[in-house]
Amino acid sequence: MNTTPAIGHNNVPKMTARDVHVYYGQTHAIKGVSIDVSSEHVTAFIGPSGCGKSTFLRCLNRMNDTVDSARVEGRIELDGQDIYAPAMDVVQLRARVGMVFQKPNPFPKSIYENVAYGPRIHGLARSKADMDAVVESALRRAGLWDEVKDRLETSGTAMSGGQQQRLCIARAIAVDPEVILMDEPCSALDPIATARIEELIDELRGRYAIVIVTHNMQQAARVSQKTAFFHLGTLVEYDDTPAIFTNPQQTRTKDYITGRYG
Amino acid sequence: MMLLIALLLVIGLAGLAYLVARARAGRMIVAAGGKFGAVHSRPVYHGAYVAVLALAPALIVLAGWGIFGERVVVSQVMSALPAAQQPVDALDRAALMNEVRGLVAGDLPQAFNPLAPVLAPIYANAVSNGDMLAGALAVALLLGGGLWGYSRIRPDFRARTAVEAQVQAVLLLASVVAILTTFGIVLSLIFESIRFFGMVSPIEFLTGLQWSPQTALRADQVGASGSFGAVPLFWGTIFIGAIIAMLVAIPLGLLSAIYLTQYAAPSLRRWLKPVLELLAGVPTVVYGFFAALTIAPLVRQLAVALGMVNASADSALAAGLVMGIMIIPFVSSMADDALTAVPRAMRDGSLAMGATMSETVKKVMVPAALPGIVGGILLAVSRAIGETMIVVMAAGLAANLTANPFDSVTTVTTQIVALLTGDQEFDSPKTLSAFALGLVLFCMTLVLNIYALAVVKRYREAYD
Amino acid sequence: MATIAAPPAAVPQERQPTDWASRDMQARIAARYRAERNFRRMGAGALLVAAGFLAFLLFTIVRDGWTGFLRTEARVEVMFDAATLGVDPATVRGPDGQAVLARADYIALMNQAAEQLGPASDTLSDAAWLALRDRLMADPTLLGRTEVLWVPVRSGIDLLAKGKYDLDAPVESRGISDREVSDWRWLEGEGRLRTVFNQAFIGNADSTEPELAGIGGAALGSLFTLLVTILIAFPLGVLSAAWLEEFAPRGRLAEIIELSINNLAAVPSIIFGLLGLAFFLNYAGLPRSSPLVGGITLALMIMPVIVIASRVAIQAVPPSIRDAALGIGASPIQVVFQHVVPLALPGIMTGTIIGIARALGETAPLLLIGMRAFVTDTPQGIAAPATVLPMQVFLWSDDVQRGFVEKTSAAIIVLLIILIAMNSVAIYLRNRFERRW
Repeated sequence: MNTTPAIGHNNVPKMTARDVHVYYGQTHAIKGVSIDVSSEHVTAFIGPSGCGKSTFLRCLNRMNDTVDSARVEGRIELDGQDIYAPAMDVVQLRARVGMVFQKPNPFPKSIYENVAYGPRIHGLARSKADMDAVVESALRRAGLWDEVKDRLETSGTAMSGGQQQRLCIARAIAVDPEVILMDEPCSALDPIATARIEELIDELRGRYAIVIVTHNMQQAARVSQKTAFFHLGTLVEYDDTPAIFTNPQQTRTKDYITGRYG
Repeated sequence: MMLLIALLLVIGLAGLAYLVARARAGRMIVAAGGKFGAVHSRPVYHGAYVAVLALAPALIVLAGWGIFGERVVVSQVMSALPAAQQPVDALDRAALMNEVRGLVAGDLPQAFNPLAPVLAPIYANAVSNGDMLAGALAVALLLGGGLWGYSRIRPDFRARTAVEAQVQAVLLLASVVAILTTFGIVLSLIFESIRFFGMVSPIEFLTGLQWSPQTALRADQVGASGSFGAVPLFWGTIFIGAIIAMLVAIPLGLLSAIYLTQYAAPSLRRWLKPVLELLAGVPTVVYGFFAALTIAPLVRQLAVALGMVNASADSALAAGLVMGIMIIPFVSSMADDALTAVPRAMRDGSLAMGATMSETVKKVMVPAALPGIVGGILLAVSRAIGETMIVVMAAGLAANLTANPFDSVTTVTTQIVALLTGDQEFDSPKTLSAFALGLVLFCMTLVLNIYALAVVKRYREAYD
Repeated sequence: MATIAAPPAAVPQERQPTDWASRDMQARIAARYRAERNFRRMGAGALLVAAGFLAFLLFTIVRDGWTGFLRTEARVEVMFDAATLGVDPATVRGPDGQAVLARADYIALMNQAAEQLGPASDTLSDAAWLALRDRLMADPTLLGRTEVLWVPVRSGIDLLAKGKYDLDAPVESRGISDREVSDWRWLEGEGRLRTVFNQAFIGNADSTEPELAGIGGAALGSLFTLLVTILIAFPLGVLSAAWLEEFAPRGRLAEIIELSINNLAAVPSIIFGLLGLAFFLNYAGLPRSSPLVGGITLALMIMPVIVIASRVAIQAVPPSIRDAALGIGASPIQVVFQHVVPLALPGIMTGTIIGIARALGETAPLLLIGMRAFVTDTPQGIAAPATVLPMQVFLWSDDVQRGFVEKTSAAIIVLLIILIAMNSVAIYLRNRFERRW
């Protein structure tokens, strides 16, 4: 297996999806989606509720495996490797492709232990000093270090919503992923906390390939460079963000952007 | 069964009262012109009102006689004896009364105590007189109540409201039975324990290491040792119920719950869970029989194989093993609830970082569910130490302070059974010690239950 | 976009990107997957141990007990000789014939008939003469005639015929004497043995002889006791639940009642036995060892179970039903008893049946109120001494005679069948009638 650094080359997409279908029992949730995710850009998935953007996002780190009735068809590749192949180790995949959830879900442990959890189970730190460095680095990158450096032993749940979400981002960063998937990370936060997170996304851009699902079009316009519009389980349009928002090619895209529905 | 006849009579009369009152109310409505609103309540309610007013005092009298009647009769019978021939103590009096009752009932062909045949007719008389008096009083109160109720029947009488209040009173009474039962338990335990502690010091009871409750029937009897140090019993209870049984139940119960909630397919879980519940449904006497017949010999063979020469047939291990298996559903059910209550987001968060399911369970879910799991374990311990049949049949009677699971130990519950069955006069320290043991057991389980529920409650609040 | 957070003051040293392909990492991942598999196996293993234990228990009970439903009988030719019986054929034909026959000397007749068995004359049950009496009283014309009858044999022969002894074992540990073995072989050789359905087991009461012991008395005692239990616990439980859920004002009284009920539900069953002994037997003087006292004690024990189940069922009825009834002008009592309780009934019944099943299997409290006595008559009423099925199991399990192992197991089979039936009814009720609101 090739060791590909997190910062990728210019034109080779980090993750590719070809003709992906997802079924929940009888429901055909995702219908033939094909898309490339670049490591240099922040990619946004937008669309009305229930259009499948979160479902598709969860295919990229095989979190749909945890749903009993879900069935995924098609080909999804990370650095050219089929992530659904038997040879692909799902534990490793999920460390390389991290996820931040809609509602902040820190573990009922200390802040330190929350961040250290991932590196601990994957064995990424050789000593206590090593682990301290990893935790500090992740918290700094998530913009949380200065606020919590004196209280790393306190509970991860005893913080504001915005801080908890940044903790979850730090937790995801701590395992040194190559891709970070964000499923509506700001929808449970107030505007100030949202702005912090958007700042953070901007800082993380380029270092990690970021895919963000959002129902807030202004947010997509602010943070992303590429935008994909989903509707009823299909990928309707995928283009540079400015192009999508100023000059969408598809009628459905135009209708959504201008607020006709959604 | 005069009481039964009286009861039926009273109920029948009350039924009659109902019909009469209802008829009267019906006539009243007709007389008022039959308009809606002319009469406040329908005849049914008038009838019911009168019937309840008639029935209630009668039932109270009959119930009171049923509960307290015997004591009244006994004291009457005793007072018929001249002072010189009165029984010396409660023991003798109880024996005498037993013979009297036996003669009256016709079970006893010949009495030992010469006083018994003398008292027998007095007793029979007293009982039948008492029954008739009680019955008469009940009927009198019934008539009184019924007539008073009847006199209140008027068009503007709010019979329905009155009946509703009566029904609510009945509901309240039914609920109060729970308090009465608790009081009854506490009072009877405390009362008899106080009598016991009058004979044996509480310090000796709670801290003494020697348990051999043979009390002398006569002062000069050989073998009148009677030491009531209950520590070996407490130890036996804890050894079997809180240690051995838990060593079996906690891992098996917790692992089963983890498998059922995290790994099993929903269809598998649907029928595996009831199978686990089956374990809790088997009567404990069946477990006891199985423990004594099959498990204990196996344990004994194991003990012999391990080199123990005098391996006893009853062993703590046999009882503890079987009890542990019986307790599994208690642990696994609470653990199941606790694990299911952990938010799915937490589980997903861990899995999304590349943790395996076992790592997620061990490091995230079980710590998060821990209060609920601990609560379940405490409840299971409480159940185990209160268990009787398994230990009666498979553990022994030897009050042994040992840490060897192959030895025979005895428990609080076994001793309670042993002390109270068989021919024992009721007032000796021996039988009263059973109540003291019961008091200790009650307190132990009460504390465990309250603590367990508090733990679970606090934990639930955290996740709501 | 406003900048709120200042950029980090010092950037920590760049980490080396994780080498997922390295030997160490791959080994670690493989170890983690192994740990995962082991953990999963342990979970399944725990379930298997629990289920396996249950299966083992049921297997041994059925293996030991199913033959308890059979009984071995021996064929004898009986000459109903009036002289041996000590009766005058004339009086037998007269008006008091049955009474005369009842008092005849059947034991002598049995001994006489047993002689035809030669060396095996001692193999018949001590109470085999009862079969003779029953036959003759049913058909008095047999007097003076000969008939072939099948009579029960002793427990030892019975067990030999069922193959319960390991005949290869040495005599000391075998549990049966050579004499009995040879007697049995002789009877077998003569074709005089048959093993048939054991009606006596179902119909008879307890006995000192295993071959005669039956669960009839205990079953009837259980029936009476449970009747008293239901009559007391069901109304108390449902009415209490109704009060707590529908009428209780928020206050100390309701809290205390709720606390009492929750605590009572967790009190060990033997404590209820102590209550029964101290209050109902000693203070109130109710008849010892009777289904009345047993029923009251058990009722107090299962009432909290019924209350809790009924409360859950009543809570599940949505408020809209109550509002609709009140809106029509129904009084609160009518709302509860005509609308809420009927809708909550499936849940209430399920809880009640589960409570009754528990009461059926209880032994400890009944031990203390004296239902331990050796009761040989079927109970005459709820105030007469009786015993119950689980108690019978307990009493028989104590008996050293080998034949009682079989009987105990058979009684357990009956008990388990009844319990399974009850629980199945409860589950059926729940599935069929429970509404999902």
